[in-house]
Amino acid sequence: MASRIRIRAQLKDDYCEVKALMRHPMETGMRKDQSGAAIPANFIEDIQVLHNDVVVVQAYWGAAVSANPFLGVRFKGGAQGDVVKVVWRDNHGDSGSGETTIR
Amino acid sequence: MQLLAFILFSTAVYANEAYNVLLDSMKDKNFVTLERLKQDELQEFCSQPRSASLDEVRAAKLREAAFKGVPIPTGERYLGDWQLGEKVASNGRGLQYSDDPEQENGGNCYACHQLDPNEVAYGNLGPSLSGYGARGQSVAMLQYTWTKLWNTHAYNVCSHMPRFGAAGILTEKQLQDVMAFLFDPNSPVNRSQP
Amino acid sequence: MHKGFIRGISAVLIGLWSAMLFSETEGVFDEYRAMLGDDNPAIFVIFDGEEIWFTPAGPKSASLEQCDLGLGPGVVEGAYAQLPRYFADVDRVQDVEARLEHCMTQLQGLTPAEVHGKPYSLRGDLGTELEALVAWIADQSSGLAIAPMQAHAKERATYELGERLFYYRAGPHDFSCATCHEQGGRRIRLQTLPNLTTYQGAAEAYSSWPAYRISQGIVRTMGWRMRDCMRQQRMPELVMGSEATVALQTYLAVNGAGAPMAAPGLKR
Repeated sequence: MASRIRIRAQLKDDYCEVKALMRHPMETGMRKDQSGAAIPANFIEDIQVLHNDVVVVQAYWGAAVSANPFLGVRFKGGAQGDVVKVVWRDNHGDSGSGETTIR
Repeated sequence: MQLLAFILFSTAVYANEAYNVLLDSMKDKNFVTLERLKQDELQEFCSQPRSASLDEVRAAKLREAAFKGVPIPTGERYLGDWQLGEKVASNGRGLQYSDDPEQENGGNCYACHQLDPNEVAYGNLGPSLSGYGARGQSVAMLQYTWTKLWNTHAYNVCSHMPRFGAAGILTEKQLQDVMAFLFDPNSPVNRSQP
Repeated sequence: MHKGFIRGISAVLIGLWSAMLFSETEGVFDEYRAMLGDDNPAIFVIFDGEEIWFTPAGPKSASLEQCDLGLGPGVVEGAYAQLPRYFADVDRVQDVEARLEHCMTQLQGLTPAEVHGKPYSLRGDLGTELEALVAWIADQSSGLAIAPMQAHAKERATYELGERLFYYRAGPHDFSCATCHEQGGRRIRLQTLPNLTTYQGAAEAYSSWPAYRISQGIVRTMGWRMRDCMRQQRMPELVMGSEATVALQTYLAVNGAGAPMAAPGLKR
């Protein structure tokens, strides 16, 4: 199930600031439902920020990141109109992505 | 005398206005109806800032009525099971329109009180009850505590603590269990070492 | 040593330790806010709100561009900070939600039932149009002083009504707003309770709603917060934009008047 990521990329001073909000339950696997059964773990493991298809940020997440993660990163070398993309993959093999152009 | 009548009338008019506005501003939801907006005498009397001075004559009458309405528990048994009482104290649900009416209500004691000293998630709207059992289990102490839980207005006429017994929030059994949670030497309220 | 004495000292130490843990918890959230800096996931909801404002909708296929929030048709900047206020076209005092309902029904042709159908998100929802609109409108007043209008007689009467409703005790638990919000230094479990009768508490509360609620992943409005308080007070459902919610919000806004708006805020 691919899921949408909302992204904004803006030039500030000498860097590009990227903010992204993604929908994901980030289930730790520790919580139990009403019947007492553990709710299966379901969290983003791998996330990348790409600038014109070059990986500028590579992160490895886990159960400690909270639901509906909000990611904020900065990188140098971006120019107006360049494409910024965020891609994640979770422990079930599902993925999500989104892209925007730098303003 | 006329001034007093005027003041009482104005207060009644204002209270009435508030009631009417609420009737127009709310709707029934699930099992919670607009009936709940109707105030009884105590609620009306106590819809004041804490700093307001109260009519002592009426206050005394309301305290007395509250006191008289407190029943002795069945078989004069004041103490139940503290382990169940602890659950009642931790349970914050009950009587909200989002709650399941089939489930039992909680007392939500931890919302306002410290109880088990090892439980840090406690509120401070009410005094700490840690070590409550040190007061001993004389009949007088059991009855005082029972009365406070059933209808605290018997002692503090405009207390903000709910009337757990008189308003039917908790059952007699639940109250006996909460009493045990407070009094039993083995209860974490009394036994826990800091 | 006397047992009672040891108990006494222990009680004091536990109290101090709890207070320390509590203030650490408070401090932790402040640190978290500082880390985020200007970032707030609400930024995306704000963008949505702006888009919705300018998008034609309803049977009349009209946008909300002509909606008058108190500063003239279409003037959004600074409007939230002056609400609730009296509107002559309806001869009543309205908050932002009541005003949006008016605009949606008058300009766009939506029925009141459609507007009231689902103004606030339910568990698991991704946000409603109303929440997005309020987020954007409030953001357009960010930094401006809370200044609800109190010139008209009805505006002042609304404040008085709000104060009376604040102290109105009812329901099986006999709760009023005052039960939790009349004193300083109080908390329910570990959640601090602002004293809404004072400038400080009211300013803190009124300036930070609407807010992105991290635990829910959506923006919640002040109108929603009032409704949810009522639910927790064991009251029935508070209708969006109703006289009671407008009065209570007026009470808060007037008490907190002068403090800068900082919405959308960020909450647990």
